[in-house]
Amino acid sequence: MKRGKFWAWLTFALGAAYFIIPLLATMEFAMRMRRGTYSFDAFAVVFGDPRFQATFMYSVVAAIFTILLGVLIVVPTAYWIRLRMPQIRPVIEFITLLPLVIPAIVIVFGYIRMYGSNSPLPFLGSARGTDALLVIGYATLALPYMYRAVDTGLRTIDVRTLTEAAQILGAGWTRIITRVILPNVLIAVLSGAFLTFAIVIGEFTIASLLNRPAFGPYLQNIGANRAYEPAALAVITFVITWGCMTVIQLLARFAPKSANRPN
Amino acid sequence: MTTDITRIEPGAVVRPGNPPARRRTARMPTHWLGVAPFFLFAIMFLILPTGYLVVGAFQNPQGGLTLANIAALWEPTIRAAYWISIKVSFASAVLGALAGLAIAIAIVRGGLPGWVRGATLTFSGVASNFAGIPLAFAFLATLGRLGLVTILLKDVFGFNLYATGFNILSFWGLTLTYLYFQIPLMVVIITPAFDGLKKEWGEAAATLGATQWQYWRMVVIPVLWPSFLGTVILLFANAFGAIATAYALTGSSLNIVPILLYAQIRGDVLHNPHLGYAIAFGMIFITGMANVFYIWFRTRSERWLK
Repeated sequence: MKRGKFWAWLTFALGAAYFIIPLLATMEFAMRMRRGTYSFDAFAVVFGDPRFQATFMYSVVAAIFTILLGVLIVVPTAYWIRLRMPQIRPVIEFITLLPLVIPAIVIVFGYIRMYGSNSPLPFLGSARGTDALLVIGYATLALPYMYRAVDTGLRTIDVRTLTEAAQILGAGWTRIITRVILPNVLIAVLSGAFLTFAIVIGEFTIASLLNRPAFGPYLQNIGANRAYEPAALAVITFVITWGCMTVIQLLARFAPKSANRPN
Repeated sequence: MTTDITRIEPGAVVRPGNPPARRRTARMPTHWLGVAPFFLFAIMFLILPTGYLVVGAFQNPQGGLTLANIAALWEPTIRAAYWISIKVSFASAVLGALAGLAIAIAIVRGGLPGWVRGATLTFSGVASNFAGIPLAFAFLATLGRLGLVTILLKDVFGFNLYATGFNILSFWGLTLTYLYFQIPLMVVIITPAFDGLKKEWGEAAATLGATQWQYWRMVVIPVLWPSFLGTVILLFANAFGAIATAYALTGSSLNIVPILLYAQIRGDVLHNPHLGYAIAFGMIFITGMANVFYIWFRTRSERWLK
């Protein structure tokens, strides 16, 4: 047993070193900007850059719309499947897993060819339309995560009884979903939302190929042209990702427990 | 004997039969209406765009059916791009899976204090989502020519990393970088699978006189094998489609498939749009085949488990 513990500690220490050293190195590199001394100059430059602010805000807004679209598509579907159509669950699950099989670059390539300005649905004909297509693309990317989060949430509540109770009280479908189901799975939806946020905020491929002024293409541009700012941006992005994951962990603590969750 | 239907009270005959009839005619469509938005979204923005490319891969510019585009994938540059992509994805998936498995075993079975497990899982959640361009920046700051580790190795240990032929812009550099999100993903997925191993199985095996090794070989490995293999394939697809990290790390100097496709979409560098479709089709084909293998393995191991 003693020997097993040694190997466990060794494995853990090696893993920790591999994961922590790049973070330290990035931080150290970001602070090298002023010659001969450590400083936060690179961070000051980044935060002061109007393009940083503009692209970051653009991506935040895109992420919010992505989350709204994702919730709008996933919650009613997952609910309906649980309530009325359990027989087509495998089909839905298969479709929600497709974005993990089809690379994002292939999906956006298809969009560019299908929704060009000469097509019947000219999303790419206008800036707003392209924004919409970007949000749609992001919602597709986030679909596997959003669906799984919501479905796990629905598993913990008694969908059928809640629905029947609401129907007896005279609620229609819209009211049942918005006032009964959604509040009950809100925590699951929120953890899906924060995961979506973490995925979308620095996304490069789709934003770049659709020519949108998002944070991802900005990162790429800075990376190609500057020395110390990229490291500062990497630290900032890591902190954002870390923040999103912490919120998800906190939310999980409030989530109702079910037989499917250990502990 | 004929019945004059006008003389029958409307309710008498119609009412009892009415609800089932209405259910049969009106309810089936509303049933499907509930999932219609989802299917509409999936068809318009997932299936049709992909299908468009797949069909395009088998067409010539005039719209006729051809296999020339697929055959053109065997051109040396394109074949080399596929080969590097497959090698990097495979190496990072297998190494990431093994390392992730080792870490999962250490935190679940190693008898480490509880906080280690919690901290590892939280960090893995973060790191598995820390990909794309910032990850490339982090590794350039670590193992680039001016990176902290490169400099420390040179100044403290007198070891010149770049003199050994190592380059962050190479196959091993990219694999090492990809491991940063591959290992945590494995940890996040496989740890719950370990939790699914029931304590009773271990006790039952011990009661029957099994050694620790027998327990692992005959219980743990067969039970975990499908999830392990499934995750390896997920990691493979994850790395195969990734472009942002490689693009930010190497520019276009490392010729992997997603970067080739990116250049093709931007500027038709291959001078043949349908060849672009063929490259996209090839990518779907490879990740798709990986999944077929996964399903095949899984049904085999499940049958064996019974």
